[in-house]
Amino acid sequence: MRWKETTYSGWGRAIKAHGEVARPEKVAALNAIMADAPAPAIGNRRSYGDTALNNGGQATDMTRLDRFLNFDFETGLLEAEAGATIGDILNTFGPKGWMPAVIPGTGFATLGGCIANDVHGKNHQIAGSFGQHVESILLVGAAGKPQRVSLKRNAPLFRATIGGLGQTGVILTARIRLAKCSGGTMAVQERRMADLDSFMDGFSESNAAYSVGWIDTTASGVNLGRGILEEANISTGEFSAPRKVRSIPFNAPGFLMSKPVIKLFNKLYMRRIPSDGRDRERPLNDFFFPLDRILNWNRLYGKHGFHQFQCVLPHDTARTKLTKLLEEISNSGLCSPLSVLKQLGAGRGGMMSFPMEGMTLAVDIANKRQAPALLARLNDIALSGKGRVYLAKDSSLDPAYLSGMNLELAHYRETVAKADPEAIFATSQSRRLNLRGDT
Amino acid sequence: MSNTWIILGATSAIARAFARQLAMRGDSLILAGRDLAELKLIAKDCSLRGALQAEAIGFDARKPASFAAIITAAEQNSGIINVGVFTGSMPEQAKIDADPSLIDGVIADNFIGPVRFLQTITPLLEERGGGCVIGIGSVAGDRGRIGNYVYGAAKAGFHTYLSGLRNRLTRSGGHVITVKPGFTDTAMTWGIKGMFLVASPENVAKDLINAVKKRRNVIYTPFFWRYIMLIIKNIPEFIFKKLSI
Repeated sequence: MRWKETTYSGWGRAIKAHGEVARPEKVAALNAIMADAPAPAIGNRRSYGDTALNNGGQATDMTRLDRFLNFDFETGLLEAEAGATIGDILNTFGPKGWMPAVIPGTGFATLGGCIANDVHGKNHQIAGSFGQHVESILLVGAAGKPQRVSLKRNAPLFRATIGGLGQTGVILTARIRLAKCSGGTMAVQERRMADLDSFMDGFSESNAAYSVGWIDTTASGVNLGRGILEEANISTGEFSAPRKVRSIPFNAPGFLMSKPVIKLFNKLYMRRIPSDGRDRERPLNDFFFPLDRILNWNRLYGKHGFHQFQCVLPHDTARTKLTKLLEEISNSGLCSPLSVLKQLGAGRGGMMSFPMEGMTLAVDIANKRQAPALLARLNDIALSGKGRVYLAKDSSLDPAYLSGMNLELAHYRETVAKADPEAIFATSQSRRLNLRGDT
Repeated sequence: MSNTWIILGATSAIARAFARQLAMRGDSLILAGRDLAELKLIAKDCSLRGALQAEAIGFDARKPASFAAIITAAEQNSGIINVGVFTGSMPEQAKIDADPSLIDGVIADNFIGPVRFLQTITPLLEERGGGCVIGIGSVAGDRGRIGNYVYGAAKAGFHTYLSGLRNRLTRSGGHVITVKPGFTDTAMTWGIKGMFLVASPENVAKDLINAVKKRRNVIYTPFFWRYIMLIIKNIPEFIFKKLSI
């Protein structure tokens, strides 16, 4: 197997890694790597920070091992290789009446990545997290031998792998339970929300299967927390293939993401929706992956890239802490056009999984000089509200905060240490955050 | 009418991407290659994506005895039979320089094996009529260069063979496409320095599907390699011999 020496990054492009990457195209090639020089697995690197990076070490790119291996049309149980993408699963099985039960915001996310980050979708309150729909995982650990883990077989290792950020080994294949897909379109209702209070009420009153909020982070004062609430249910239209993609060919200049430009953009974006709201039918691909039609949209943030901050706050602290977070962001001038507010349920699949019952806020923050200080303040606010920071997005958390996030950290560390005592699968992120608790 | 595609060298990245697109339109696939375990995974994947049927059969370009099983399997399918030849191997020229016996393998994988297979199955293609043969050649076959001229010579021979086969199959309504891919993002080019304008296997496969639809004769993929090679082919020999491109 040839290793490619390369510099690579996560989706945010603010943190880079340099090292060797192998990209096996055959199972035999992967087995050879795992026997000789096992290295942590990476996929399409849609996590934002350093989750899928191994600076100074090696990594195994799993994207070419992306086959569907079995599907039961009666039960919806799908077995696929780790490199298969969510978009591919949706577009292959959607027209036949089945879809991933949990769909993250990009179709480029791989099956392995969705498990390792225990991702959630716009239906978290109902469906829970991705890991809760995983029946079993074929995992190659440090010993090099594949083993099947599930809730019944080696539950600790299974639960340390779901949301486990790659530390237990390489996911070869997984069996996941798809959900019924009753139609090919979404009936989407969009309504303007005047401020944070009405936004939160809007979420708690919503009966839709899917809901998500776009929030205007440039708004302040009485408008603080205004945005658009999108509620949707699967409708009966024809399934349509994803539309042709366009690409951002080069890094955008810095002024594109400056405050006046974003302020203007957000204003227009808000006005898109009539004051009395609107209803429309949208293809599934457009609803679930609104940004996938623009390849490399991360280049809009310029060559220095951006960070994403996402936290979840329990309902009892959400209102006050979200206000604080939004004030910080609005005052910083580092606001982003792509900010998301969402309600989460309690469902989570692994020891380190992100979701908790409450409200989650996700914002992009351009990687400018003031960004680290802002991120530190945002992390502080989230943690002081007994919240959690999403490690799939994180690039800035203080390792000391991990223990305050109400995760099953001790059990995770013990399981990882047992599965991989020599830290073969350590990554840039696991070292930065001392995830394994070994330093 | 059902369409059967025999894919030789089906575990290669371009072949896999091509087979997937054929599967999605409901063709029958006979996936042939050396790594049978891998072929079975590809067959599974193609079936789930819509192939009418997908079968994995062992094939080794250096072992003509392995050809018969593939042809027998194809005979059992009714309708049009098509063949895609994706086999090939490219040891580094330096290795060949050190051990000229490697040349036998290069010629076998890139020329003798594929040609012998095609020659054996041609009567069946003629009998069924209307089928298509895709042969993966190479821009390296357009002109011998210091970096890979043994491989280039084998591909050039293959191009010439495909031209002759095209002449023959046309008479029975068949068709032959010679494909000359530029740099493609596969295991063969992964980590090699000096690659540029690298195309994804998916995009190369799309070009192949289009070429079949339009019954093209010789295609470069991506298309701009036609112009790059036009320039390279037209450099006078007295200059070319001093270049190392």
